[in-house]
Amino acid sequence: MRWRRLTRNRLSFGALCVILAVTLTSLLAPWVAPYDPDNPDAEATLVSVSMRHPLGTDVYGRDQLSRVIHAGRVDLLVALSATAIALTLGSALGAGAGYRGGWVDQLVMRGVDAVMAFPAFILAMAITAALGNSIANVVAAIAITHVPIYTRLIRGEMLRVRETEYAEAARTVGNRPHQIVLYHLLPNCVPPLVVQATLAMGFAILTVAALSFIGLGIQPPQSEWGQMTAEGAGYVVSGEWWLVLFPGFAIMLTVLAFNLVGDTLRDLLDPRMRGVR
Amino acid sequence: MTDLLEVRDLTVHFDTEDGLVEAVDGVTFNVRSGEILGVVGESGSGKSVTALALLRLIRPPGRIVQGAVRFEGTDLVGLSEDEMRAVRGTRIAMVFQSPRTALNPVLPVGRQISRLFELHQGASRAEGRARTIGMLKLVGISEPERRARQYAHQLSGGMCQRVMIAMALATSPRLLLADEPTTGLDVSIAAQILELLRELGRRTGASILLITHDLGVVAEVCDRVAVMHAGQIVEVGTVRTIFARPLHPYTQALVRSIPRIDRDVTMEPIPGTVPSLLAPPPGCRYADRCPRVLDVCRRDRPALRAATPNHDVACHAVEVEDATARG
Repeated sequence: MRWRRLTRNRLSFGALCVILAVTLTSLLAPWVAPYDPDNPDAEATLVSVSMRHPLGTDVYGRDQLSRVIHAGRVDLLVALSATAIALTLGSALGAGAGYRGGWVDQLVMRGVDAVMAFPAFILAMAITAALGNSIANVVAAIAITHVPIYTRLIRGEMLRVRETEYAEAARTVGNRPHQIVLYHLLPNCVPPLVVQATLAMGFAILTVAALSFIGLGIQPPQSEWGQMTAEGAGYVVSGEWWLVLFPGFAIMLTVLAFNLVGDTLRDLLDPRMRGVR
Repeated sequence: MTDLLEVRDLTVHFDTEDGLVEAVDGVTFNVRSGEILGVVGESGSGKSVTALALLRLIRPPGRIVQGAVRFEGTDLVGLSEDEMRAVRGTRIAMVFQSPRTALNPVLPVGRQISRLFELHQGASRAEGRARTIGMLKLVGISEPERRARQYAHQLSGGMCQRVMIAMALATSPRLLLADEPTTGLDVSIAAQILELLRELGRRTGASILLITHDLGVVAEVCDRVAVMHAGQIVEVGTVRTIFARPLHPYTQALVRSIPRIDRDVTMEPIPGTVPSLLAPPPGCRYADRCPRVLDVCRRDRPALRAATPNHDVACHAVEVEDATARG
């Protein structure tokens, strides 16, 4: 039992390191990447893993490592902005619905139900297909599909905290409803929100990659993990395995890291959930 | 003494799935300036609901059906929500039953007090902090600077209650509603808290409405006492008269149920429980538990009337006796 918890912590510590490493390389991409990610090199097309090109090159001779690093930038940025927008919007809606109740609650929750009636990925596809696939639209698509997660979470938390004595006390000293919600109640909902946001980050990265994989997300020449995987997939049969392997591995590693950290946070913040999947 | 608060015929109903619960029914009483009025009664007799109704904080499915709450000359029931909020923060304050849960767990306790100065008096953050330290000192908290930065779970129950009192008195209210402020505190701490309340009440001139189920607490600190039973006030008088010469059968039973060690009196529990407030029958709500019940008790609700000056009681049996005594 003890060693399991120890490995679990070591595992999540490793996951945290992965997140930090990916974030840092993304932030410092122009300085870390050995080549310009968009610069073709006719002399070195489809070069395999080598000293000059650690992750090989693609059909135009662009350095795969540089492209993977720059792709991480886009993936993280899109996932992070989508999560931030969804979290803000979802929390506001959930707080209003949960605290106010009545018709506001009905309206918000039926809206959320409507969004949830669509499979999230199909909805994201439809949104990017309809709006056109710019980075902003991909962010919007993911944010919209993620809003219900936070709305439901915060609404549930609000139903709990609004009945507490400190909520009552806040009312007796003449706070306005929005002051009670923002200042007294929302801070009490932060722990589950952090857990949810971390887990949703992983899912958001997966969605950006998936959208781009089917051509509805980030467009070339901008490199993006999912779209690179899609391009590389065509070369597997002809033996250029590095083109699909490394971007795919980047997706897997990052998403896994976010999920592991999210799970550990949940265990730390809510011991009752320990061992429950 | 003049009346600070005058409550007339206050009635609060809760519209539940099982039916209408008449939680507070035609409650009439007054609080004079500077006095401590005790409100006693068993659990579920409507004491806390009455206090919340005074602040107009009854939330759906509950509502104030009728009645007037005159406070400093204005009827609170008629005020707009904005005007009411101003009263809540500054003129009437409340101290809660369980201080540990009434303080916000994620905000430092000092911040919760200093916010009131910012909210209601437009104080700057630094000014609010300084005055908070002053308030904490006033309620007898040692090392106020350090305590102000701590959270509710780091303080003892008594300390939390002191913080609550500091918070309630921060904006120098004229009326303090204390809802069982000593429940859950051990006896010596409870005595300190009561003493603190009385002392601060005297010093600031604020009146205190002290809700409790403990007659011992009433005897210790209150000037007058109102006895509540099943959402109605059955007897009001000075503490001395209520203890020496209780008139209402329920009050008499309450007084007899106090454990005594100084005299050889057997403690008598009150038979029965508080009747259901879900569609209660007409007439006196104590009728089913009352040893002196008359026919009229089951038909008509007895009105609160003066038995002697400063001593009101709502009981048919008492009226009949008075009439016979007078001949």
